[in-house]
Amino acid sequence: MIKVRDIAKSYGEKKVVDDVSLSIEKGKITSLIGPNGAGKSTVISMVTRLLDKDSGEVLIEGDNIFTQPNNALAKRISILKQTNHLELKITVRELVSFGRYPYSKGRLKDEDHRIIDEAIEYMELGELEDRYIDELSGGQRQRAYIAMTIVQDTEYIFLDEPLNNLDMKHSVQIMQILRRLVREKGKTIIIVIHDINFASCYSDNIIALKNGRVAVSGTKHEVIKKNILEEIYEMEINIQCIFGHNICIYFDDQAGDVTEDDAQEYAQTVAHEQLRA
Amino acid sequence: MIGKLFRLDVLIVLLLLLSVLSMFVGVVELHPRDIFSLSEDQQSILLNSRLPRTVSIIIAGASLAVCGLIMQQLTRNKFVSPTTAGTMDWAQLGILIGLVFFPGVSMLGRLAFASILAVAGTLLFMQIINRIKFKDIIFVPLIGLMLGGVVSSISTFIALRTNMLQAISGWMHGSFSTLVAGKYEILYISIPLFILALLYANQFTVAGMGEDFSKNLGLNYQKVLYIGLFITAVITALVVVSVGMLPFLGLIVPNVVSVFRGDHLRSTIFLTAVLGAVFVMICDVIGRVVIYPYEISVGLTIAIIGGFVFLFLIFRRAGANA
Repeated sequence: MIKVRDIAKSYGEKKVVDDVSLSIEKGKITSLIGPNGAGKSTVISMVTRLLDKDSGEVLIEGDNIFTQPNNALAKRISILKQTNHLELKITVRELVSFGRYPYSKGRLKDEDHRIIDEAIEYMELGELEDRYIDELSGGQRQRAYIAMTIVQDTEYIFLDEPLNNLDMKHSVQIMQILRRLVREKGKTIIIVIHDINFASCYSDNIIALKNGRVAVSGTKHEVIKKNILEEIYEMEINIQCIFGHNICIYFDDQAGDVTEDDAQEYAQTVAHEQLRA
Repeated sequence: MIGKLFRLDVLIVLLLLLSVLSMFVGVVELHPRDIFSLSEDQQSILLNSRLPRTVSIIIAGASLAVCGLIMQQLTRNKFVSPTTAGTMDWAQLGILIGLVFFPGVSMLGRLAFASILAVAGTLLFMQIINRIKFKDIIFVPLIGLMLGGVVSSISTFIALRTNMLQAISGWMHGSFSTLVAGKYEILYISIPLFILALLYANQFTVAGMGEDFSKNLGLNYQKVLYIGLFITAVITALVVVSVGMLPFLGLIVPNVVSVFRGDHLRSTIFLTAVLGAVFVMICDVIGRVVIYPYEISVGLTIAIIGGFVFLFLIFRRAGANA
């Protein structure tokens, strides 16, 4: 379990993160949601010691993260930030191998190669392993990065907006992979995510931030509620249960208005298509 | 075609052939077939001039190319090199300061001055590019070139005031013609630095992926960055002190290697070193024969040939993107 107590961060006068406390349950997917500028990425950067905090503490199984040796910590938590590294020509296999760095310092042993092979297999990257990462599609590249964290073999995996720039198919694919990692390898995953429906369908727990503070935190059923989300996002949000998932419908009502003409036109099109078939 | 031939063994054979050629090209005629019946004069030329020259070319070419490679990796910018970061100009200013304040300072003394200013100048460059928000791939080396230009004009000013203009023009255009036995040995210092760079090759590659990426893997990013900059600055100072400026070598060679072999230092560092030596060797031999029996300085031939290679690279990349 990771416990975060009263961490804060200011840039100049502006408090970006204001005494945030939260806890991350083991073996679960926890989503961090909230409007732009809520401080999600700053929180995740401080919890993973990429960014120095002004105050507060982060405990991983009771150990203070900021007093742990960097290398020991690299075997317990991994963080993928949203950078694509397109300026360097690195092959998929080389990228995945970086994940062994905390263990091998770059001098890979047979054991390391075996673990790398397994991760490449697990992420179905076999055919791509010798391709350069700048030649891959967004979804393939994201899979390569996840393979790297598998190789890093940490209990906790943090992902900062892993679905950025991915289409629906690849977003679903990545979320299914994350669920599989929790189910089959017992990982604990924390993601920053914008799409509340993805958060609702694929995570166990949700923490919502607003203006640098925790607005609400709990299981997804506790957080995905009309009054809670409307207050966080300051817009009208309706929630429908579809196939057992709570789906948020948040388009403004203008777009939802269907005129009489539209309906007729649609009916005609359907009739035509049925005739043709 | 070129890609297939672009292998370490092929390049090493090429380097050996060129080295033999370099040993037998010069004003005093020597033929490989006479190797066992050399006169005393010829022996002396071979051992005291040709051999030191050939060894210097290999060491300087290889280590400067590797410097460029490490700098490009650490700054994550393909256009940063000892020339475009201004490191060479700082080294030159260092030598000049050494000469002005301690006339008759030894070669090692000059190296010390050149190294100190080269390290300081490179650190300053890194500080500046860390501060600017607009990290355009072209903008960063332009800052380095401008900084180098300012430093270089300070050197010229000091040289004018102290009647040293003649002396610094020697370092402006690198040349191997003065590197005879007794003067070239200082270049051997770059061998332990090169070995240090090899030991850190994996760390440099990880650091090249960025600070957050490095921290995530438990790498001490700042330390690796400083070690890399120290190695490159000292090697650059070493080459400037002994050979003089070899412009754009550290820019062209690593970029050619990157096109064919990617950017993992483990697989490119030796290739870069050997290709750097081959490239300088070709340029030096051409410089020696083109207006025989006189010589064109190698700095000039490198600039000309390197310019064409660089244009080829740019157009090739543009073609690939189109």
